[in-house]
Amino acid sequence: MDWTFLQETFVSLVSAVPLTLLLAANSIALGAILAVGIAVARFSAIAPLRWLAQAYVFVFRGTPLLVQIFIIYYGLSQFPAIRHSLLWPVLREPYWCAVLALALNTAAYASEIIRGGLLSVPFGQVEAARACGMSRFMIFRRITLPLGVRQALPGYGNEMISMVKATSLASIITLMEVTGVAARIISESYRAIEVFVVAGAIYLTINFLLTRLVQFVEFRLSPHLRQPVAVLPAIIQGEAH
Amino acid sequence: MTQPGIFELLSFGPGGWGNILLAGATMTILIALSGYATGAVIGVLGVWAKVRGGAGTRLVADVYTTVLRGIPDLLVIYLLYFGGSAAITAIGHLFGAEGFIGFPGFLAGTLAVGITSGAQHTEVFRGAFRAVHPGEIEAAIACGMPRWLRFRRIVAPLTLRHALPGLGNVWQVVLKESALVSITGVAELLRQAQIAAGSTGLPFDFYLIAGGIYLAISTVSSAVLHRAERHFSRGVRRS
Repeated sequence: MDWTFLQETFVSLVSAVPLTLLLAANSIALGAILAVGIAVARFSAIAPLRWLAQAYVFVFRGTPLLVQIFIIYYGLSQFPAIRHSLLWPVLREPYWCAVLALALNTAAYASEIIRGGLLSVPFGQVEAARACGMSRFMIFRRITLPLGVRQALPGYGNEMISMVKATSLASIITLMEVTGVAARIISESYRAIEVFVVAGAIYLTINFLLTRLVQFVEFRLSPHLRQPVAVLPAIIQGEAH
Repeated sequence: MTQPGIFELLSFGPGGWGNILLAGATMTILIALSGYATGAVIGVLGVWAKVRGGAGTRLVADVYTTVLRGIPDLLVIYLLYFGGSAAITAIGHLFGAEGFIGFPGFLAGTLAVGITSGAQHTEVFRGAFRAVHPGEIEAAIACGMPRWLRFRRIVAPLTLRHALPGLGNVWQVVLKESALVSITGVAELLRQAQIAAGSTGLPFDFYLIAGGIYLAISTVSSAVLHRAERHFSRGVRRS
């Protein structure tokens, strides 16, 4: 076992973790906003809007993410109109191309998860909100969305993990995140197994922490499933005396 | 110079990229199929280890599925491609060969896709095996079927039927994952599109065409899977 090599590899890979996290966080955040929009569009009363959302999900779930990245990073520069537009300083950067592709991709998957969550909200809850005189938007904001998100959270956690894994594809368009650095070290040293073990351990740690975070949020969001605190009866009994 | 239209780009004659893209699509399907088959074999072994294995084999299977679902597929491809090349070069040197020997990209891709999808196959099979009603196995025992006959006639067909929707999902994932194999230089669909994009200066057109072909393959295969699901669920009561 060559400990110095492992240590050096670990140090260089850890220094690439911030970029991986940044890519994941940005694309998940952007994707989540887009996903809610698409999920709502799928319930829209306007048929073309529904079709558009459906087509979006079909296309982005049916093609490889790498193809989507290539279309955005290499493909868009084909058009002089885009090269001379205001967007070019953003679309020229591999970082923003990767974020954009990852966000558009995760939005398609996440919108289906959110749609499932929204569908699972019991109608009685909406009915009660209507009886309270809430407007349609307020019902969505206060009742449907929070309850739907809570239902969708476990599935959404899995999607977040696959996004962390998907950030590795950014290495193909020259971004030096964890997989990119790992590939560079492997091609320089030809010690694939050691580098793989270190990089794999880093990804597993990130995903483990992410899983725990999602579990914690889920715990906080579902107080109704928890046992009432055991101290409570004792206090009530104490008061009775 | 006028821009060639999409039909000229896709034509099969000289100057058209139709036959090259078709060859790429065929290669993509071959990689996906062989990777999927490898994954299915690993999945059967994995579920056997998880259901019937002792503490040791169960631990190995659990570690395998946890690790492979937590790390990027691209990393696995790099490991097999570069690791395989290093191993083969070392073996070559033992036999007196000189210089670097590359690991065949197709093999690396198949193994990488197989190993990553094997973890998903394992979980799909495990869920499906659990869905087999214990009463059916009990009935088979009561009929006096020996273990192997029971497996062949009762457990395997029922498990497969329950696994079919999950297996379809894994197939779609594998198909899209096969695009990653292009980094090893295997002439599959995305790699061919890359070559075409490079030599024509039309990356947008060719990546879009490649995306369209992937979409077509996945749509056709999902229709086939849907029919298969209906065929094999004939005996299932709906309500």
